Amino acid sequence: MQPTTKESHHAAEAHEEHHHEELGFLRKYIFSTDHKVIGIQYGITGLAFLFFGFCLMLLMRWQIAYPGRSIPFFGPLLERMLGSDVAGGGVMSANLYNSFGAMHGTIMVFLAIVPLAFAAFGNYVVPLMIGAPDMAFPRVNMASYQSYVLGSIIMVVSFFIPGGAAQAGWTSYSPLATSIDTNGQTFWLIGMIFLITSSLLGAVNFIATIIQLRAPGMTWMRLPFFVWAQFVTAFLLLLAFPPLEAAGVMQLMDKVAHTSFFLPTGLSVSGQIAPISGGGSPLLWQHLFWFLGHPEVYVLILPAMGIVCEIIANNTRKPIWGYKSLVYSVLAIGFISFIVWAHHMYLTGMGTKISTFFQTTTMIISIPSVIILTCMFISLWGGSIRFNTPMLFVLAFLPMFGIGGLTGLPLGFNFSDIHLHDTYYVIAHFHYVVAPGTIFALFGGVYYWFPKITGRMMNEWWGKVHFWLSLVFINLVFQPMFAQGMAGMLRRMSDGGVNYSMAQNQGGVIGGLSDAMIHLNVTVSHAAWALGLAQLPFIINFFWSIKNGRKVTSDNPWESTTLEWQTPTPPPHGNFAHAPQVFRGPYEYSVPGKPRDFTLQNEA
Amino acid sequence: MQTEILPYIVEPRKDTGLYNAKVGIWLFLASEVMLFGALFSSYILLRVGAAEGTWPHHLLNIPLGTINTLVLICSSVTVVMSWASLKLNQWSKYKFYQAITILCALIFLGIKSFEYTDKFTHYEVVLKNGTSMTGHVEGSPLFLNLNKLKAAKTESIGFHPDAHASGHAEGAKGEAGGHGEGMKIATADITKLECFGPWHSTYLAIYFTLTGLHALHVFAGACVIFAIWGPLAGLWKKDPERYTNRVEVSGLFWHFVDLVWIFLFPVLYLL
Amino acid sequence: MSHDAHDIQKSVRRYLIVFGALLVGTILTVAVNAVNFHSIAITVAVALFIATIKAFLVAGYFMHLIDEKKMIYGILASTGFFFIGLMWLTIWAMHDFPTLAK
Repeated sequence: MQPTTKESHHAAEAHEEHHHEELGFLRKYIFSTDHKVIGIQYGITGLAFLFFGFCLMLLMRWQIAYPGRSIPFFGPLLERMLGSDVAGGGVMSANLYNSFGAMHGTIMVFLAIVPLAFAAFGNYVVPLMIGAPDMAFPRVNMASYQSYVLGSIIMVVSFFIPGGAAQAGWTSYSPLATSIDTNGQTFWLIGMIFLITSSLLGAVNFIATIIQLRAPGMTWMRLPFFVWAQFVTAFLLLLAFPPLEAAGVMQLMDKVAHTSFFLPTGLSVSGQIAPISGGGSPLLWQHLFWFLGHPEVYVLILPAMGIVCEIIANNTRKPIWGYKSLVYSVLAIGFISFIVWAHHMYLTGMGTKISTFFQTTTMIISIPSVIILTCMFISLWGGSIRFNTPMLFVLAFLPMFGIGGLTGLPLGFNFSDIHLHDTYYVIAHFHYVVAPGTIFALFGGVYYWFPKITGRMMNEWWGKVHFWLSLVFINLVFQPMFAQGMAGMLRRMSDGGVNYSMAQNQGGVIGGLSDAMIHLNVTVSHAAWALGLAQLPFIINFFWSIKNGRKVTSDNPWESTTLEWQTPTPPPHGNFAHAPQVFRGPYEYSVPGKPRDFTLQNEA
Repeated sequence: MQTEILPYIVEPRKDTGLYNAKVGIWLFLASEVMLFGALFSSYILLRVGAAEGTWPHHLLNIPLGTINTLVLICSSVTVVMSWASLKLNQWSKYKFYQAITILCALIFLGIKSFEYTDKFTHYEVVLKNGTSMTGHVEGSPLFLNLNKLKAAKTESIGFHPDAHASGHAEGAKGEAGGHGEGMKIATADITKLECFGPWHSTYLAIYFTLTGLHALHVFAGACVIFAIWGPLAGLWKKDPERYTNRVEVSGLFWHFVDLVWIFLFPVLYLL
Repeated sequence: MSHDAHDIQKSVRRYLIVFGALLVGTILTVAVNAVNFHSIAITVAVALFIATIKAFLVAGYFMHLIDEKKMIYGILASTGFFFIGLMWLTIWAMHDFPTLAK
């Protein structure tokens, strides 16, 4: 412990020298160019949107479980806020359900998880881990956050315009998206253009920072895996987002300038031939969307894997097994993720050759994912594991992501996808990847880096309460959906499948949904609401610990090897008291012959 | 500014041989390649997918397009010359070359907006008896259509059909006074009146989207070059190398914009 | 910086040659377009061939790609890979239709 505390003294002195020019509140917290402040801004905004998107779903779950019944307490509130045409009598109308569904997806993906996993953790941690004083382009960094805020404001405002927010799902397929009579889609597209711009600026910044600002001695193969994951993520954002931006511009033209990029000749809307020139291609939208859409999946999962790797190494107190395999796997994922996208489109009438191509690449990309997961599992072998809150979340990530990944295989094969396509099975699959997968890793990351950011620990006991309740209920939410999906229940239905039930159709529908399947809706909804309650310990713990958490006695409370713990706590502007020099790899835990069980990267 | 704590703002990093902004601009250009690449791919798909004979040819004014191409090439060479002048420490030459660049940008945008206006005042009209004509409406109104006519309770319009019988006569000739006799058309006889805006056909849609996005890039690039040339010129005295780097980076963006046009011109105007 | 005055002077001459070539290329594009090749494929190929050469000149000499650092080549190579993937696979996917087995 000695050397670190000494360094932090130095830092305090350097810190005071630095603060000759005291910045005003606005410059320091709102229009800051410091990567740490921007990281925190992204973190707070992202968590708020995570909560908001979750609440939308909790309301939708009522409509699914009890279709057509007034939502208790919140129903009248919705009616007052959004008008009686969409929530009359406190009942969620089908249009409102569609809006909430589309916005739940959009908000969770583009306003919550990407900003949290990539922008928040990346901004705060990456420069510290590579020993840089800041991001390469601090003002571009600020612009990135502002663009994100602007885009998210546009998204939120769209709830309150006449006709409501976008209703065509987060995928916004044309011609449905342009035909629905609401300007919500226009808002969605403009908002997306801002969000994409934000991501592009962030991606340029991350890559340039990692290439240019690594501390002396921090070679590529000494980078912590988290940095590698962020590096590949940034490339995915940089190169996959622009085609969606192009598609967004074209759909915006369809919506505003009445062009026909994605509208075919002879399109009829509500029984009327649409007054358009025609000649466009609806499938073109799907190709451009999924060209982003699939790499986006890896944008969501790779930073989470990075966090998992850091926390596992730290809490097993031994080196990560197969560091090089991890690095090459993550690079392989990055490349292959660009050529798998049309497995989302097996049912669009593609020929067998191209379907086989995409099926093959989809199966190939599961190999590096499995290598990463296997390395993590083997890393646990023989470790004296510390079961603290971050580690619990990360340990849960491994099997949860495993379930999410393995259930994806039947969707990747085009013959089994024909049955499962567009059912609750798909919802369960990708939520297993993102919710108990990515979000659990993010929770782990919050508990893990909280002491570096605030100088205080989060409460362990409440952290464990949060973890166990979340783990139980999240599985109760998503496991039944696999059964429902395999029974053929379609997603995106505002009545929870009642229209397709055997009971209502008296056997008229072949293979209609049984009562047992329909009734699972109620189980899932109750589990979802309980999952909502299970987040209260986290929210309270988070805010309470900022002021009242146990103070850390060292800059390196988890006794970690990586550079971010070698700064004063919290890190001042410019981060390091002395420019660090790196001598070794990132995970030198329990090296034989060393006095301590962790050897710092900057220890000569 | 706070940015001064960062290394490699001016001098290149040893192992990469690059300064920060150069890495940044190339990454940004990579994403731009994907942006325009996606639009080009869309163009190809829409064109190949179009029904036989429906894709219009020679709707645009080739001489104007050629002039604009030459203007952009000129601006590209002045940009690179201005950078070389700074390297040789010739400040006034730099100022002169960059002034020409900005002038070229303005000429380009001027010609472009003239071409746009030309399209917005060029109409297709379909009559009740089934005849279809292209031409100009008297008074050269912008964005006129049937609904607007009815709303304004206009009884009839003066119409000058294009000299060519074909609906897709060369814009230049249609423009240059090759009009046939003026005629009066009663509003009641019209079933469709539409200018050659993006909604008129898929070709025009992709033309306006691609060139519009490109024009925005020209505008943005010109603004940046102007800012460095004018308001931010003070940096040259304080830190000439950093200033030269800025000129180089903005120049890289400008060349990219030129490069996009090199493909846009034959694809949209000629083929 | 690696360039000294002499190098710069030399490259200025090169810029002017490239400038001339670009002007000629533009005129050529328009002139060739007036020729009737009786084949759309040839017309398109010729036009794109000239455009590609012009693009190469701008990127290679004005943007100094002809002697750029390895890092930049790496970034552009991966961009090229993904761009080709996007274009080629999309076009393939849109023209491969299911057929009935005989």
